[in-house]
Amino acid sequence: MEYEPVIGLEVHAQLLTKTKIFCGCSTRFGEAPNSNTCPVCLGMPGVLPVLNKKVVEYAMKMAIATHCRVNGTSTWARKNYFYPDLPKGYQITQFAHPIAEAGYVDVEIDGAKKRIGITRIHMEEDAGKSIHDESSPSSYVDLNRAGVPLIEIVSEPDMRNTDEAVHYLRRLHEILVYLEICDGNMEEGSFRCDANVSLRPKGQLKLGTRSELKNMNSFRNVQHALEYEIQRQRAILEKGGRVVQETRLWDVPQGVTHSMRGKEEAHDYRYFPEPDLVPVVISDTWKEEIENTLPELPMEKRERFVEQYGIPSYDAGVLTASRDLADYYEETARLCGKPKTASNWVMGDFLAYLNEEKLEITESPVTPQRLVDLIDMIEDGTISGKIAKEVFEDMWESGKNPREIVEKRGLVQITDTAELEKIVEEVLEANQKQLEQYRSGKNQLFGFFVGQTMKATRGKANPKIVNELLEKKLSIL
Amino acid sequence: MEFNRLTIHELQKKLRDGSLTSVEITESVYRRIASVEEKVHSYITLMEESAIWQAREADRRIKEGKAGELTGIPIALKDILCTEGVRTTCGSRILENFIPPYDATVVSKLKDAGAVLVGKTNMDEFAMGSSTETSWFGITKNPWDLERIPGGSSGGSAAAVAADECIASLGTDTGGSIRQPAALCGVVGMKPTYGRVSRFGMVAFASSLDQIGPVTKDVEDCAIMMNVISGHDINESTSVPAEVPDYTKFISRDIRGWTVGIPGEYFIEGIDPEIKAAADETIKILEGLGAKCLEISLPHTEYCVAVYYIIAPSEASSNLARYDGVRYGFRTRDGENLLDMYKKTRSSGFGAEVKRRIMLGTHSLSSGYYDAYYKKASQVRALIRDDFDKAFKKCDVILTPTTPAPAFRIGEKLDDPLQMYLFDIFTLSTNLAGIPGISVPCGYTKSGLPIGVQFMANHFEEGKLLQIASAYEKNSTIERRRPNL
Repeated sequence: MEYEPVIGLEVHAQLLTKTKIFCGCSTRFGEAPNSNTCPVCLGMPGVLPVLNKKVVEYAMKMAIATHCRVNGTSTWARKNYFYPDLPKGYQITQFAHPIAEAGYVDVEIDGAKKRIGITRIHMEEDAGKSIHDESSPSSYVDLNRAGVPLIEIVSEPDMRNTDEAVHYLRRLHEILVYLEICDGNMEEGSFRCDANVSLRPKGQLKLGTRSELKNMNSFRNVQHALEYEIQRQRAILEKGGRVVQETRLWDVPQGVTHSMRGKEEAHDYRYFPEPDLVPVVISDTWKEEIENTLPELPMEKRERFVEQYGIPSYDAGVLTASRDLADYYEETARLCGKPKTASNWVMGDFLAYLNEEKLEITESPVTPQRLVDLIDMIEDGTISGKIAKEVFEDMWESGKNPREIVEKRGLVQITDTAELEKIVEEVLEANQKQLEQYRSGKNQLFGFFVGQTMKATRGKANPKIVNELLEKKLSIL
Repeated sequence: MEFNRLTIHELQKKLRDGSLTSVEITESVYRRIASVEEKVHSYITLMEESAIWQAREADRRIKEGKAGELTGIPIALKDILCTEGVRTTCGSRILENFIPPYDATVVSKLKDAGAVLVGKTNMDEFAMGSSTETSWFGITKNPWDLERIPGGSSGGSAAAVAADECIASLGTDTGGSIRQPAALCGVVGMKPTYGRVSRFGMVAFASSLDQIGPVTKDVEDCAIMMNVISGHDINESTSVPAEVPDYTKFISRDIRGWTVGIPGEYFIEGIDPEIKAAADETIKILEGLGAKCLEISLPHTEYCVAVYYIIAPSEASSNLARYDGVRYGFRTRDGENLLDMYKKTRSSGFGAEVKRRIMLGTHSLSSGYYDAYYKKASQVRALIRDDFDKAFKKCDVILTPTTPAPAFRIGEKLDDPLQMYLFDIFTLSTNLAGIPGISVPCGYTKSGLPIGVQFMANHFEEGKLLQIASAYEKNSTIERRRPNL
């Protein structure tokens, strides 16, 4: 029988607010353990939560960006369970009435669009961190993260293979980062993903029994864990067995999933309305205000780039990977007026150097204006494309402007036909053997003479003129 | 002289005209504590050293003409209110040595108003009880009869005021915990509207029901205390940003033309005849003052106890989850692993009544039971609120007895939780509806035990309560007595 996987994802994104969701403590990562804490996030007796307005605004941004309905009134709930890194013995979250519902994200796989539904987005507080030291009988608790704001984005079970799941995840990630509400760091846990996976016979509507996968801290892990889990469930079903409803952990080094707890051991979280907080009320005016602050989103930007700049959609995809890169490209294209040339340079040498040195766009030593100066020099024939690469390297290292570099290093292109003719003649003179071979029909040696001429001019010769001259000379001879 | 017997407003005059110092008052309070505390046991912790220092500071400020509303007045605090640097036990072993690094908002407000803080009063553990018998720190006795309970859970706060071991005190009221002990101890106690007084720094019992309020010797003192503790607090999301009137303005106003609602459901069979007689007598006096009494109905009254004992324990089961021995408070020494440590810490850290309520609440919130218990109770709670909304369209205030009987004997109901719970039958409804209530002394039983009458008003109408309570107080014919200690 053929089985069809059904995948739904739950994504937790840490919001980039300066302070925690219910107190004034800093959210900064990497501070000394328990230094970003106060009686409120330590869960001391008698203290009470006060909602950080920024959290609501950030959640609203994500809701609008994913086409969700923003609820005018949403409420808080307590999720009760015992764990040392959960100071109050409950997590304040949203349950019955989340801030946003019924949205979607479009993904594009091999040119085909697919719409993935979003069930809900809700706000909640993060727990602290337990640190277990194998060599010590004690465990340690760091509550710096306790009370850091999160949004949980729950998808519909709309994905049918791992590709769709990873694409959807990348789109969410991209939107969160574009909105500047989450840094998207998966390893540090600011973007976390759990997956619900089940299989059903193809054509059947009823969902199969699912397992919930946890502990996948990179896109690659998500991909591998899902692939593994689908195979595992398929093997069970094909042998006529039954999949058990349970929570499974992805074991990165082993590349397998392990059962963490079964259905019987599942927590009863005893959700009930949080009496210490009033409902979150969002007026139309507030929603509009937030809507107006929303930047152009990656998908829209991509489409606009193709349309406005006439570049291939592949280029548009690369160039809109981040807001900073897109801005850099647009500035370059605007200044230079040749969008495709600009795209080649930004996607080519510029990104290569940037990635090589692991720099942010904003840290680049080459500004769009400088890059355009360089492009202009190629366009007006001052330098050749080959020399331009050399100049770019110099610009990157010295931070100087390209004209200065070209002048100082004498890299101006030789376009004087008379001068080049002389050089071409010298090249032919010096390579009699190849010349004879060419004459006897080895046409492919044409490139050899071009190369030799370029070498003789240290690359400064205008290749077009060199070609013309060689063609003339060789046909005469 | 026994200055500790005087009221806040009496002492304010003497402090301002220079005939008395705060140090003299404070010393008289501690002399009284020294002589009667052994019998009454109102306090868990005394703060004598800092109190004397605060009294000196108060005298200095009075001399400089900078006196605040409570400058130099000795006030006691229920030990559920966090006090920076002073242990706050909530009557529980689990917080036996807990010293908060912060003050509750009401404590800051008292300090800002210049109050002298006498000590932390005894209470039922985590405010769960009606008799102050469940405290880890021993039983408080009723100053009127040392063999009887003072009521609860703010029994220490009420006993301390009744026994003149302080001038006034703060208590907390989740289902009657201020009004009921005030009635049993012959003093005035008010539960304000939910949201009127900040709960920040009050160790939570049932967050949607808890309110802090004053216990005082007369109604005017209650108004003075309300002026100090009321108001919006940016640290407390459910405190309401509504304007706070000057409550003392409501004292000595007449109540001619008022309608006093008398709900039939509160004058039921089984109520002590002496209590009923005292309430009837009160009604007569109010009519004499020009008020009209109107029989009204609060049809969902019979569900109050059931609804309360689902909602309060549910919230408590969650509020008390933080006492896990991990960060502060009591922790067992012999936990073998995490789960074992949790179990042993909580088993020996909490008393029987607290554990009973945690179990009740955990059960009510459990998957499969939530709809039948917590959800249903919340729905009925809305109906109870509606009852009051409708009633206040017809009347200004509602009058009921505060308790169905006078103070019972120590130990009498301790083994019968249901009987204990039923003792709060008249006070639970205001907490469920979120409205304010006040208990005022309205007589004594033949055996000399105090009786209280309760007034209830609509949301944020504490002024009306103070107005009718003070009108009644000034015109009642009952003699003023003091407990014989």
